[in-house]
Amino acid sequence: MSTKELKKNNIIENALKLFSTKGFYNTTIPDIAKAMKMSVGNMYNYFASKEELAKYAIKYSTNILAEQLRKINHMDISSKEKIFLFTKLYLENVKNSPEIIEYFLRVYLSNREVFAQGCEGFLCVSEFVTEVMIFLDEGASKGEFREQDFFSAFSMIMGCLGGFAFLSGEKVLDKDLLEYSDNIAENIYRALKSDDET
Amino acid sequence: MMKHKPKIVWLQAITCNGNTHSLLSANPSRFELLLNTFDFFYHPSITTEKTLDDVLNLKEIDFLLLEGAVTSNKQFYQISDSSVTDLLKKVSKKSKYIISVGSCASYGGIHAKFEENSDIKGLQDTLNIVELKKLKQPIINLTGCPVHPEWILQTLFTLKEFGVISLDMQSRPKDIYYGLAHHGCTRNEYFEWKVEAKSFGHKEGCLFYEEGCRGPMTHSNCNRILWNDVNTKTRAGMPCIGCTEFDFPRDNMLETKKNIGIPSEVPFGINKRAYLTITGVAKTFKIDRLNKKLIE
Repeated sequence: MSTKELKKNNIIENALKLFSTKGFYNTTIPDIAKAMKMSVGNMYNYFASKEELAKYAIKYSTNILAEQLRKINHMDISSKEKIFLFTKLYLENVKNSPEIIEYFLRVYLSNREVFAQGCEGFLCVSEFVTEVMIFLDEGASKGEFREQDFFSAFSMIMGCLGGFAFLSGEKVLDKDLLEYSDNIAENIYRALKSDDET
Repeated sequence: MMKHKPKIVWLQAITCNGNTHSLLSANPSRFELLLNTFDFFYHPSITTEKTLDDVLNLKEIDFLLLEGAVTSNKQFYQISDSSVTDLLKKVSKKSKYIISVGSCASYGGIHAKFEENSDIKGLQDTLNIVELKKLKQPIINLTGCPVHPEWILQTLFTLKEFGVISLDMQSRPKDIYYGLAHHGCTRNEYFEWKVEAKSFGHKEGCLFYEEGCRGPMTHSNCNRILWNDVNTKTRAGMPCIGCTEFDFPRDNMLETKKNIGIPSEVPFGINKRAYLTITGVAKTFKIDRLNKKLIE
């Protein structure tokens, strides 16, 4: 990775923290520059606008999840075990790097107008969606999952995980986040599993 | 001095005559050229003065063409008190080139699925090539249900002129089977942008997503040379059913097999992950022109 790329990623990591806590509109380029200890002018050498930075940030954050799921997809384990593993990794992300998921929930999903041009549909999250497709396809082709529409299956997984990240962000959970992991995974598995599976 | 016209003998085994029909539908001037260039010595469906005995008495056959699947079981099929296998063993020894015309002759086709007779196969699984001393090249498979008449003509003319034709791993002529039925399909723009056909028989939409089209994974030149010089299945709004491949005929040929909405097979040689990523991206864009009727 080039120095410029590394610097860009560093800016994104700082921006993710600010966007996810203060919100997209309450965060300014000077705020991010300040967190980076950079001049505002120099910031524009990396990103032409706050909107452009926001779009890079969504690709960056979902690609972290895509990479984790891709590794799991390549593992020689059952689809059930994959669900348990991915749920655990996802919740660890929520716990250890809350800005990644918070950014998705509180900026990407909440400010669609920012992403309307160039990030519509699956454009900026395609790598992650592809991994979910691969995961579902393999589970169904092996008979572990029942046949159903892609979007109903997709929303079962991501709605469940996203909902829990939201609850965690609101600080309403009474136990440590990771203690819920196996229960959540079991729920996702039961929603997907084939009638023949125990 | 009259030039020697290469002799063609066409035999039929378990067949629906589809390949014969196809040959007779060849472009008339091409068919005329075939008859003028070759000596079409024998064909069981065409009235000639020659009989099967005349074929058996021939010393040499330039081109032996077989249509239909082969069985040694006389209970199910025989010609003049002889099993097809025995007949073929006699005739093949005299032949310089042997061509399986159609899927049934190539590997048994639909007949191989007949459960009452387990001995139904294609020509290359019937003959022992080592015993065929006159044979100049391995048995050639022209797969297809039926074959395109031009595939027969192209193979015969190539062999006549050059003495050899290069074959793929399935023993099919490379020049005919190197590409995919997808190549030249008039629906490719719909395929690129993932716009589905609403039903069969329409001009608009791609038949890959719902209707089971096998164009992107079927080796044939249908969409490049066209049938009857004018049309193809996919151009007419009927999916390619993959009739030139060795898994033909498959079950549920007019449906695309999917797992949770994801096509279980993706275009030939394409990584599934890459294909799914590009599909998701393409579907994001709604191209107005591709969602309208072509002729209002």
